[in-house]
Amino acid sequence: MIGGLFIYNHKGEVLISRVYRDDIGRNAVDAFRVNVIHARQQVRSPVTNIARTSFFHVKRSNIWLAAVTKQNVNAAMVFEFLYKMCDVMTAYFGKISEENIKNNFVLIYELLDEILDFGYPQNSETGALKTFITQQGIKGQPQTKEEQSQITSQVTGQIGWRREGIKYRRNELFLDVLESVNLLMSPQGQVLSAHVSGRVVMKSYLSGMPECKFGMNDKIVIDKQGKGGTTDEPGKSELGGSGKQSIAIDDCTFHQCVRLSKFDSERSISFIPPDGEYELMRYRTTKDIILPFRVIPLVREVGRTKLEVKVVIKSNFKPSLLAQKIEVRIPTPLNTSGVQVICMKGKAKYKASENAIVWKIKRMAGMKESQISAEIELLPTNDKKKWARPPISMNFEVPFAPSGLKVRYLKVFESKLNYSDHDVIKWVRYIGRSGIYETRC
Amino acid sequence: MTDSKYFTTTKKGEIFELKAELNSDKKEKKKEAVKKVIASMTVGKDVSALFPDVVNCMQTDNLELKKLVYLYLMNYAKSQPDMAIMAVNTFVKDCEDLNPLIRALAVRTMGCIRVDKITEYLCEPLRKCLKDEDPYVRKTAAVCVAKLHDINAQLVEDQGFLDTLKDLISDSNPMVVANAVAALSEIAESHPNSNLLDLNPQTINKLLTALNECTEWGQIFILDCLASYLPRDDRESQSICERVTPRLSHANSAVVLSAVKVLMKFMEMLPKDLDYYGTLLKKLAPPLVTLLSAEPELQYVALRNINLIVQKRPEILKHEMKVFFVKYNDPIYVKLEKLDIMIRLASQANIAQVLAELKEYATEVDVDFVRKAVRAIGRCAIKVEQSAERCVSTLLDLIQTKVNYVVQEAIVVIKDIFRKYPNKYESVIATLCENLDSLDEPEARAAMIWIVGEYAERIDNADELLESFLEGFHDESTQVQLQLLTAIVKLFLKKPTETQELVQQVLSLATQDSDNPDLRDRGYIYWRLLSTDPVAAKEVVLAEKPLISEETDLIEPTLLEELICHIGTLASVYHKPPSAFVEGSRGVQHKRLPPRAGSGESTESPDVGQSGPSEAPPAVIPSQGDLLGDLLNLDLAPPTATVPSVQPSMQMGAMDLLGGGLDSLVCSSPAMGAGLGAAPAAMPASLGSAPAVGGGLGDLFDLGGGVGMPTGSYVAPKTVWLLAMKAKGLEISGTFARRGGIIQMDLSLTNKAMSVMTDFAIQFNRNSFGLAPAGPLQVLTPLSPNQTIDVSLPLSTSGPVMKMEPLNNLQVAVKNNIDVFYFSCQYPLSLLFVEDGKMDRQVFLATWKDIPNDNEAQFQIKDIHLNSDVASNKLQGSNIFTIAKRTVEGQDMLYQSVKLTNGIWVLAEMRIQTGNPNYTWMCWRRPHVRECVSQNDSPVIS
Repeated sequence: MIGGLFIYNHKGEVLISRVYRDDIGRNAVDAFRVNVIHARQQVRSPVTNIARTSFFHVKRSNIWLAAVTKQNVNAAMVFEFLYKMCDVMTAYFGKISEENIKNNFVLIYELLDEILDFGYPQNSETGALKTFITQQGIKGQPQTKEEQSQITSQVTGQIGWRREGIKYRRNELFLDVLESVNLLMSPQGQVLSAHVSGRVVMKSYLSGMPECKFGMNDKIVIDKQGKGGTTDEPGKSELGGSGKQSIAIDDCTFHQCVRLSKFDSERSISFIPPDGEYELMRYRTTKDIILPFRVIPLVREVGRTKLEVKVVIKSNFKPSLLAQKIEVRIPTPLNTSGVQVICMKGKAKYKASENAIVWKIKRMAGMKESQISAEIELLPTNDKKKWARPPISMNFEVPFAPSGLKVRYLKVFESKLNYSDHDVIKWVRYIGRSGIYETRC
Repeated sequence: MTDSKYFTTTKKGEIFELKAELNSDKKEKKKEAVKKVIASMTVGKDVSALFPDVVNCMQTDNLELKKLVYLYLMNYAKSQPDMAIMAVNTFVKDCEDLNPLIRALAVRTMGCIRVDKITEYLCEPLRKCLKDEDPYVRKTAAVCVAKLHDINAQLVEDQGFLDTLKDLISDSNPMVVANAVAALSEIAESHPNSNLLDLNPQTINKLLTALNECTEWGQIFILDCLASYLPRDDRESQSICERVTPRLSHANSAVVLSAVKVLMKFMEMLPKDLDYYGTLLKKLAPPLVTLLSAEPELQYVALRNINLIVQKRPEILKHEMKVFFVKYNDPIYVKLEKLDIMIRLASQANIAQVLAELKEYATEVDVDFVRKAVRAIGRCAIKVEQSAERCVSTLLDLIQTKVNYVVQEAIVVIKDIFRKYPNKYESVIATLCENLDSLDEPEARAAMIWIVGEYAERIDNADELLESFLEGFHDESTQVQLQLLTAIVKLFLKKPTETQELVQQVLSLATQDSDNPDLRDRGYIYWRLLSTDPVAAKEVVLAEKPLISEETDLIEPTLLEELICHIGTLASVYHKPPSAFVEGSRGVQHKRLPPRAGSGESTESPDVGQSGPSEAPPAVIPSQGDLLGDLLNLDLAPPTATVPSVQPSMQMGAMDLLGGGLDSLVCSSPAMGAGLGAAPAAMPASLGSAPAVGGGLGDLFDLGGGVGMPTGSYVAPKTVWLLAMKAKGLEISGTFARRGGIIQMDLSLTNKAMSVMTDFAIQFNRNSFGLAPAGPLQVLTPLSPNQTIDVSLPLSTSGPVMKMEPLNNLQVAVKNNIDVFYFSCQYPLSLLFVEDGKMDRQVFLATWKDIPNDNEAQFQIKDIHLNSDVASNKLQGSNIFTIAKRTVEGQDMLYQSVKLTNGIWVLAEMRIQTGNPNYTWMCWRRPHVRECVSQNDSPVIS
C-alpha cells in the first residue's frame, strides 16, 4: 500500500510530507526530488523506481504530488487516489497552488490522516468529509450523540455520498449533457479516428433521500422496448423525431451512487443522488458522430523561405443553431520571420511565442463556410531537420450533443416526503465542445 | 488564514522560542506554536527536542490541536521511546471517549506509534474498538490490526486479533468488511502458507455482497482479494464473473482494472465453447478502451496492462486498433506504449492504416519515439507479408529524409527484412550504400556490413566498402568487428580472386592484434576452414539461414501468466514479477492462472522444465522492450564483462604482500637474472587473457570420455607452483578442490635442499573472492631433505577482497625457517560455486530477462561426447545447476544457474546439438539467439 505521500513545489521543496509506513524513510523525499524533479531529462514515465522504491507522481500546475511505496501496490488505485486527493483539496480551498497549500497545511494533514489510513484509501467523498473536517477545526461546542453517529454512519455507510435530512423549499435539478468531440483527420479529409466522450453532470437540490431513475436514447434500451410494445409500427417512431432516434453507446461508467448490478442486468440507471453538483455518468460513442466542423487545409511551400497556407472551415449542423468560441490554431514553423493573414470572418493573429496563427470567430451558424489564407515568410536555416508539421487544431462550442444523445426522462421518487416527480423542476442543457479536434496538414 | 508564514521561520533561537510558546497558557498561542513545529518537521528540520513540550499539549478538547500533536508523535515517538510513554494515558482515555471520531482517532494514531511499550498498551483498547458499536471505529480498528502485525506479528497472533479480524468479514457494514479484507490480505502476504484468508464459497458470497455497497476503494480491496481465490469449478467461476462484470462500468479506473483481473483469471476456468465465455470476451473490450480517455498517468497504467492482455487474449481488442493511434499531445510515455500495442494488433486487415500512422510518427520530434516508429515499420513488414513491399518503400522514403537516427534505425530494420524475405528487395541496396558514411551507431554499422557481406556478389564495390570499414578496425565495437570479419570472409568466398589480400588483412587483425577472445576464436576458425577446405567453408559460411520469428518480443508465457494475476498493480506496470522489485517476504509468492476446466486444454501453460523433446514450447525469445534488438543482435561484449565485478574501490593499495617482498625475491634468487620485472605476473601469457570462467569450465569438460563419472567436483592434477631453484630448495605443487562445501588447497611440499625445513606458515594476498586460509598450515614435523608431505589447507572466503587480473589469480606467500617465498597460482572458478546455487525457476526467468546485453558472453567447448543429461549431471557435481531444459529444433538447451561464494549469480544457457555431439555451445548470462549461432558461427555448430 501507499507508504508515504509528498507534495513539492516546482523547485522541489517539500510542502507536505506524510509517511504511513515504516519502510519509507526521509531519504525517499530527497530521492524523488533529485531523480525526478531535478532530473535534466523530460519525465519519461509517471512511475519511477529508485532503489527499489516506487514513486507515482502527478503534476497540478507547478505542484508535484508523489505517492511512494515499496510494495507491489495497485498502481491504478494510487493514481486514482492522487486525483481524488486533488479533487478534495480543490473542493476545500480552490486552486492547487503553493500559496494555497502552505496556507492550508494543517487542513491537508488532517485530510491525509482521514482519507488514507496505513496507506489504504478510506472514504474520500468531499460531501462526507466536510461534515466533520472543517477549515475552522471541529466545531467548538461538543456535538450531540446523534450528530456524531450520523457523521460516522455517513462516512462508513452504504450511502456515503449523501446525508439524511436535507430539505429544500423548491425541489429542483439541473442536467448538463457535456460532450467533447474528438477527431483526427487526414489532410485528404479522411476520418482517422473520431469519438465523443460525454459526461452527464447533475446538480440536484432535492429533499430527503430521493430515488432517481435516468433514461436516455440508448439503442439497447430503445430496441428492447420496440420489441416489447409497438411491434407492428416500426416506422412510426422515425416520423416524430428528427434524425436518428437512438444511439449506440460504446461504454459508460457511473458515479458510485448508481446501482451497477441493476444497470448490468436491466440497463436501467437508478440511484440516490449526492446533494449538489456531481458527475452522474461518463460515456463514449464512436458511431454516427456529428462532426460540427470540417477543416480543409492547403499548405504550399514556395521555395525555401515561404509557405502559403489556406484553411477553409465548414460548419455542419442545422442552420438555426449557432456555434460559439470558435478558434482555429494553425501551427507555423520555428523559423517563421513574418506572417500576413487575410480572413473573411473573425480575427486572426500570428502568435510568435506559440508558433501558431490563431484565428478566432465569435459565432458561426450551421451550414456556413469561412476561409483564411496566410503567407508565412521563413528565415533561411541550415537546420536539416524537417519541420514536423503539427496538426491544425480547433476549438468550439455547439448547443447540441454531437453524439446524438438525448435525455428521455429523469424521474424522482421520494416516498417519505410528500413531493412527487411532477413537483420537481428540471432543466436539461446540451453542450458540445471540441476535445482534441485535429486535422493533419 | 495565512499559515504559510510558518514555513519561513529560520531564526536561530527558534527552538527556544517555540518551547516557550508551547508552554504558554493561552490556547491560541499554543496551537500556533504546534503548527510551527509541524511546519518545521515538514521541511525536514529536527524538532524532536520539543518532544515533552508538544506531548504536554495533547490533553486538550481542541480536536484540531490534538490531531497536530498526534502527527508529531507519529513522527518522533520512535526516536524518543521513553518519553512517548507519557502519551499512553491520553490514548487509552481517548479510546473510551464518547465521541466515536475521537475513539477512532486514538486507535488509529496509536497503531502508528512503533514503540514496543506502547504496543503493549494498545492491545486492550484495540480489542474493544474491534467490537465497538460504531462502524467508523471498527473499520479503523481493522486497519490497526494490520499496523500492529507489522510491528509485532507474534503479539497479534497471541492476542487472537486475527480471528476477530476474520469475524469482521461478516460485519454488517460494507466498509468494515472492506478494511478487514485489506488488512487480512496484507497479513496473509507475509504468511504465504497460513491459509489465513480461508476463502470459501460462503465468504466469497459475503464479499460479493459487500462489493455492491462499499466505497470505490473498498471495492478495489475486495476485488484484489477475490482475484486470489480459486473457484472449485467452472460453474462457480462463472457465477463470480457474473457478479463482478457490473464493476466494469465503475467510474474509478482502478475498480475497472481489478475487475478485469478477476475476469481474466477466472475466464481461464471456463470452457471455451461456453456461450458465456464469448459474452465475457465481448464485455471486456469497451471498458479497456474507455480507460484510454482517463488522465495520462492512468492511461499509462492501463496501456501497460493492455499490453499484457493483448498478448494473453489477442481476440479481445483485435478490432480496436484505432483507439491506440497516437495523439499529438499525448505524453511521450503514452505514445511509446500505444506504439507497442499497435504493433501487436497489426494484421493484414488493418495494416494499411497502421503503416500510414507509423509513417506520420516517424516525422515527429522525440528521438526515442521516432526510432520506435521506424522499427515498428520493419516489424510490420515481417509480421504481415503482404505489406512488406509497402513497408520497404516507406523505409526508403524515410532514408531520403537524411535525418541521421532515422536512417540508422531504418537500416537496422531493413536488414531484418532481408533476412525474412531473402533475394526480394535487393534493389534498395544502392540507396542504402549511399548512406554508409552517416552511420555512427554500432548496430547500424553492423547491419550495413551484414548486408554488404550477404549480397557481396551484387555490389560491385563491396570490397571497397568493407575495406573502408577496416581502416579503423580497432576503434569499432566488438559487434562491428565480428560482423566485419564474417562479411569479409563471405566476400572472399564469393569473389576469391580480388579479395585475397583483404581477407588476410582482416584475419590477421582479428587473430593477432585483438585481445578479444571471441574475435580471435572466430578468426582462427575461419582461417583454418579456409586453409584446409574452402568448399566446406563455403557450405558453412554461406549456409541457408533459419527464418526469423515474427514474435520475438513476447513475454515468456509463465511470466505472462503471473503478470496477468497482477493486473493493475506495479508488477503489471514494470512487467516484472513482484519478487524483482519488492524486498523481503512480501510478494515472493508466485501467482498462477487456474487450469481450465473441461476439454483437455490444461496444457495451456507449458512448463519449461517438463516439456520433453516432443512438445517444444513456443520458441519465444526473451527480450525486454527492445523490438528487434535480439533478432539479429549479432555480437556481445567481451567475456570479462560477465565476471562478477568485485568492489572496484579496493583496486588501489594493492601489492602490499608482494610489493616489498619482491625486492628480496629479486636479490635472493640468483637464477632469475634480468627478466625479473615480470615476476608477480609469472604465468603463461596465453592464459593471461583467456577468460577465467571459460577456462574453468573447459576443465570441467575435459574429463570427457567416460560416461559413468562419479558425481562430484572436478579436481585438477597438481601442478608445480614454486620451483625449488627459486625458493632455496622448497618446491611446492598443488591444486584446489571443493569437498563437501569446503574449499581446500591441496599442497605437496618437497624439500630439495640439504637442510631440514621447519616453521611453515602461509599467507594470501588480497584477492578477487576473498580467499584466505581458514587455519594455519599444518606441517607439524620438520621436513627433512628429499621428503615430500601432502597438506590440505581449508580455505574460507571471508578474507579481504581486491580485484585481480586475471580474476582467479591468487598470490601466496609461504614462509619457513629459511625465508619467505612468493608465488602466484590460479584457482578454477568452479571452486567458488556454492551448493545452494540452484535458483528458483521463476526467479531465474525474471532475472534472465533483466540481464543487460553487455553482460553476455559465450564460449565454445569442443569435443564433448556427452548428451545433455549426462552433461547436466556432471555439471551438477560441480554445483552448476540445470534449472530447465528445452529442446528446439534438435538442440537441447540447458538453462543453468551458478552462485558464487560472494553471492553473485551467473546464469547460463548451454546448447547441445544432439545430432552432432562434437561441439557444445555455451552462453553466459543471456541467451544468444540461434540466428547468431548459425549465421556467424555456423562453423562451430555444424
